[in-house]
Amino acid sequence: MAYTIQVNGQGRTVDVDGEMPLLWVLRDELDLKGTKFGCGAALCGACTVHVDGEPVRACVTPISAVTGKVTTIEAVGATSVGKKVQAAWIAHDVPQCGYCQAGQIMSASALLAATPKPTDADIDEAMSGNLCRCGTYTRIRAAIKQAAGLPVADSRET
Amino acid sequence: MGIHPLKDAFETSRRAFLRTGAATGGGLLLGFSLAGKGAARAAAPAALNTYVRIAPDGWVTIVAKNPEIGQGIKTMLPMLIAEELDADWEKVRIEQALADAALYGRQFAGGSMATPLHWDELRRVGSAGRQMLLTAAAQSWSCPVGECDTTPGVVRHAASGRTLAYGALAQRCATIAPPELATVPLKDPGTYRIIGKSMPNVDGEAIATGRQQFGIDVKVPGMTHAVFVKCPVFGGKVVSANLDEVKAQKGVRDAFVVKGGDALDGLLDGVAILADSWWVANKARDVLKVEWAEGETARQSSAGYAEAAAKLFEGEPQAVLRKDGDAAGAFAKAAKVVEAEYAYPFLAHANMEPQNCTARVEGGKVEVWAPTQNPEEGRGLIVKHLGVKPEDVTIHMVRCGGGFGRRLNNDWMVESAAIAKQAGRPVKLVWTRQDDIQHDFYRPAGFHKLKAAVDGEGRLTALSDHFVTFGQGEGFSRSAAMSPVEWPARAIPNIDYGVSKIPLGVPTGPLRAPGSNALAFVFQCFIDEVAHAAGKDPVAFRLEVMGAPRVLASPAPTPPGGRPPVGYDMGRQAGVLKLAAEKAGWGRKLPRGTGLGCAFYFSHLGYFATVIQATAARDGAFKVDKVWVVGDVGSTIINPINAANQVEGSVIDGLAHAKGQITIENGRTVESNFDDFPLTRMNEAPPIEVHFLKTDNPPTGLGEPALPPVMPALCNALFAATGKRIRKLPIDTADLAWS
Repeated sequence: MAYTIQVNGQGRTVDVDGEMPLLWVLRDELDLKGTKFGCGAALCGACTVHVDGEPVRACVTPISAVTGKVTTIEAVGATSVGKKVQAAWIAHDVPQCGYCQAGQIMSASALLAATPKPTDADIDEAMSGNLCRCGTYTRIRAAIKQAAGLPVADSRET
Repeated sequence: MGIHPLKDAFETSRRAFLRTGAATGGGLLLGFSLAGKGAARAAAPAALNTYVRIAPDGWVTIVAKNPEIGQGIKTMLPMLIAEELDADWEKVRIEQALADAALYGRQFAGGSMATPLHWDELRRVGSAGRQMLLTAAAQSWSCPVGECDTTPGVVRHAASGRTLAYGALAQRCATIAPPELATVPLKDPGTYRIIGKSMPNVDGEAIATGRQQFGIDVKVPGMTHAVFVKCPVFGGKVVSANLDEVKAQKGVRDAFVVKGGDALDGLLDGVAILADSWWVANKARDVLKVEWAEGETARQSSAGYAEAAAKLFEGEPQAVLRKDGDAAGAFAKAAKVVEAEYAYPFLAHANMEPQNCTARVEGGKVEVWAPTQNPEEGRGLIVKHLGVKPEDVTIHMVRCGGGFGRRLNNDWMVESAAIAKQAGRPVKLVWTRQDDIQHDFYRPAGFHKLKAAVDGEGRLTALSDHFVTFGQGEGFSRSAAMSPVEWPARAIPNIDYGVSKIPLGVPTGPLRAPGSNALAFVFQCFIDEVAHAAGKDPVAFRLEVMGAPRVLASPAPTPPGGRPPVGYDMGRQAGVLKLAAEKAGWGRKLPRGTGLGCAFYFSHLGYFATVIQATAARDGAFKVDKVWVVGDVGSTIINPINAANQVEGSVIDGLAHAKGQITIENGRTVESNFDDFPLTRMNEAPPIEVHFLKTDNPPTGLGEPALPPVMPALCNALFAATGKRIRKLPIDTADLAWS
């Protein structure tokens, strides 16, 4: 059946099975490929998007349950927090393969929107649902702190 | 790693040559082929044979030849060219090459080989381009070339103050004969402007804004989405499937059986389901019923392998791997004999991006968009299974969401091509995470029975290992062999290494730092046990066994006209261990439950040492407090920011070996997702301090060598903290409980 959802500020209508997860609506129906498929079971966070500002795992969220405004990596830079987070990600050279980073940035932006000055424990709690197989966590932590305007511990010699 | 490119590369570099031609739209084309077949191809007027293009507006386009899997090669290899070209990095664009061995030589991401293979050659490519630009400027000024010099992007004539931008010279370069690569000058490293400077990932912004295309994001006109269901038992065959019922599902376009062969690394039997959306195709699996002929492998299990190993340990090894001196005599005379058994499990790669590939098969031509580490192997599979010619296969290398060795195998590539051919339309195949975890080429499990002799002065006099691994007849399962030079062989006089094999129906393959990722755990933990038994400090004991700084010669013969194979430099190895100990404050007093552990390892031409501080609670739950890593990968760290990134990533990756395992039951994999095959998460990621010890040696690679010492350093730290020795992975925290 037809579902109309708000995605990145636009109303979008799709005619799909109500069980189809938001992830596949975004990727295959709306051609928004920035949101990634990693596990299909809310275990890795690669598919994280915002629904009314809250981080949501799109791979287990059926389209029929989406009532709020959806923001994806393609549009999160339009918010001041998202823009700062993306800039910090680039400045700290966070990505290696880069595949998980859209989800990481969406989780980090949601964290900072709710908790502008997060502690290390806040970062652990908000970010531990997002796997990074390349192991970019030390830089993710540093980038979140920079985006928050917090001092960044940098042990690098270079 | 199944890839032994050194010899080939040195051979072909002698045949390397340059060519130039007019670039489309004007400007310089600087081509350089590392491939033997290049001469034939270069004669054709193909504008593809190129590493460098300079546009009239001065923008320089540099081709990145190798697959990008997160190792930063798309940034690093062009840096080598840009440095010697004296390009302005701010005006460099980087283009990913097609897979074309005739143009670029071997293109693969494996063995941490990109730096040693390209350090010399690609700097020469850049230098040759600079020489041509200098010549072009000298011609237009009618002055000797020797009076001209460059600043980034500009040729200048110092005496007159005249300058010409590269863009203005590009057209003239097309008429200039390229210089001999072997004779072009190379810069004094002290004058480098790009090499040795931190250059962030060239795709960083595209990634951070969601615009970067990965394999899974590819879309071609008329494309259908596909899933491919294989037998849960490795190599099982399709007997029958309820295809009509599957095809009746809403949205399903087609479903059919694909017949494969017997080779586990080729195309295997399975059922393809096609739909307009991937989710619809995957959902139709719910109604799919397949009768499988599971085959003999269904009788295998991890428990069975462990039983077989225990039985083999009761007897002598089936074959001798190395025998030096008189180990039996040394054991008989020893003041102390230390014995232990070690074991480690199969591991999956679990790239974050599930395996996928997009394929189009039309008019006898195959085109694939593949997140591959090793395109030519995939081409071979397509040639074999689709019956086309190699030149009829076009492979677009799309950025990989992780490699770790998994994408050296291209099973998913040939699957997508076979499905596209049978479907008669372009297909994007995407595996589920379960498909990925359950159809991997696993890091092989292994079993070791070790024995060491220590004399009255606490010196290591002999070491023996009975290694039980997998294979049949003469052959070993992939990545399941052990080198006869495994340290401390060659460092001490009496060594007995023997090996026995268990037949295996499970596919195995290289996982980041293959072989080393498991052997470092075994040998660097066991040497720690011996140090304690000898009553010596673990760092001091290792240095004592290494002995005087010297190179332990490689047993491999020097190829005719080639370079001698690399040996193992005890001086460099001692250097990194001493510095790691110093940085970590080795020997400082720590409370009970907290300990420091060390390990070192040499792999992929890189010397690494790691110290870990870990704290274990009384119930054995532990936390890594901090990690110190020192690496010696030669004289130059080409891209320091990425070098540190690779080392940090290796530590995080290595720590996951503490808890992950793949279990085989009834010939199939038990684990299926990140809940039962866990990776390191943010809350477990320790602070990591990375140092490089620069020595007067050619630069070598960094994708792998920092990983092997991580797990033994952790286990040794946990021993220091708790007095409990970990001899089996994954770690069972109950074994670490202390009071």
